[in-house]
Amino acid sequence: MLNEEIIIAGFGGQGVLSMGQTLGYAAMVEGKNVSWMPSYGPEMRGGTANCITIVSDSTISSPTVSRFDTGILLNQPSMEKFGDRIKKGGIIVYESTNILHPSERKDIGIYAIPAADAANKLNNVKVANMILLGAYLEKKPIISIEGVMEALKKVLPERYHNLLPINRKALEVGAELMKKAN
Amino acid sequence: MEQKDDIRLMKGNEAMAEAAIQAGMDAYFGYPITPQSEVLEYLTREMPNRNFLALQAESEVASINMVYGAAGAGARVMTSSSSPGWSLMQEGVSYIASAQLPCLLVNVNRGGPGLGTIQPSQGDYFQATKGGGHGDYRLLVLAPNSVQEMADFVFLGFELADKYRTPVLMLSDGAIGQMMERVIFHKREIKKIDKPWATTGKPKDRERNIITSLFIQPEKMEKVNLELMKKYEEIEKNEVRYEEIMTEDAEYIIVAYGLSARISHKVVILAREKGIKLGLLRPITLWPYPSEVLNKLADRVKGMFVVELNAGQMIEDVRLAVNGKIKVAHYGRMGGIIPSPEEVEEHFEKFIKTL
Repeated sequence: MLNEEIIIAGFGGQGVLSMGQTLGYAAMVEGKNVSWMPSYGPEMRGGTANCITIVSDSTISSPTVSRFDTGILLNQPSMEKFGDRIKKGGIIVYESTNILHPSERKDIGIYAIPAADAANKLNNVKVANMILLGAYLEKKPIISIEGVMEALKKVLPERYHNLLPINRKALEVGAELMKKAN
Repeated sequence: MEQKDDIRLMKGNEAMAEAAIQAGMDAYFGYPITPQSEVLEYLTREMPNRNFLALQAESEVASINMVYGAAGAGARVMTSSSSPGWSLMQEGVSYIASAQLPCLLVNVNRGGPGLGTIQPSQGDYFQATKGGGHGDYRLLVLAPNSVQEMADFVFLGFELADKYRTPVLMLSDGAIGQMMERVIFHKREIKKIDKPWATTGKPKDRERNIITSLFIQPEKMEKVNLELMKKYEEIEKNEVRYEEIMTEDAEYIIVAYGLSARISHKVVILAREKGIKLGLLRPITLWPYPSEVLNKLADRVKGMFVVELNAGQMIEDVRLAVNGKIKVAHYGRMGGIIPSPEEVEEHFEKFIKTL
């Protein structure tokens, strides 16, 4: 039975909160229960931002938890803060252009994804978050890429629907990078 | 599958705002404050295409008095705020209670006292349930613990307000307001009742309607007081709401509402995994309070553990309810800190060792 507790963390502006929302929306479209809890407040304005996204087949009790199945981490402070709070057997997917010192734990899977570099190559730095999401879903296919695209279609206002193809590309690039990271 | 379009992923604050529109709200008056600013944002965005008024007043004091005026004119009306702003409204709330006007009020609780913090808290429990303003009055208080309930309790709140001609308060917190979950908007028929008491202009065939909270003669004031007490008695008889989770065989009970109840639900799961028979009693109405069910539970459980995001407020109502039958203890965090389920479970286990 699926009960995936995910922390997504990075600098404000890296698309941390929207990544969690997209994931949550896609999970909901696929009939799963979902909760998305942002850190809001002073730290959003220039500091670190994070959100806890829980995807489950059953009712979600607490929307906040202290330990996670998965960490998607986009900056060094997030690695310091959450690296030790991943459950044994869990995974960290991290942005390896920004994070130079990943956790050294041996009891979890740690995957380096150079998402910022890859996004640059796609000529759109903003899709780095979708690259990481694609990488994560390659490792843990809790929802389909089609589900994510469906979610983006609903989340993005119509005037941005011209960006759907590059987001799909980003998800695919992420999946490829994860295959190499294995 | 035709319901598919009515399922959305929304923040609690947005779900509340959407529900208000769907519930046939005529007017909303408010002033922005974190963590509930999304309400006014959502309403002003929707206003051009849908039939209601949302107005940003110059202050919370103005907002609540606009609510007073619109409610007096028979409108379905609402305001929302967060702790410091909600404090500013208390004079107006007392007037509205005295004038017996239906309206929906929302406090998305943040940390205090003072300007405090913008993070979630349940520090306004006393203010909500024991009377935030002056005089002998009660608010009917609904405490949602999910985004779905943020929406559902808007429909319910308007209904109850009309039914009893009384202000209804939805007491939420920053986390329930800010978090996103799936919310389903069921197709419903919105019933609006006649309000023959409303000040809508005097026709020739009836006396003038007067709405006031000033009753300068003591005899008249006491008559109003007695009327209010009779109404509150009715509400206490009819409107107590609560949820029980795994209480059937429970040896211990956690009592918690709102976000604390969500965290405590997980505590129940963690304790059950260890073979400890723990259940959860979640008050949904904070006034009227589910005292009777707690009193009955006290006959068959060994202890009650009250979890709140404050220094210990609702615990007083739990102690009154169980009337000394069993030991009642409290665990809470303040200042906008949210305890983890593991942390609460640890303190719960310490408590049961003292029994």
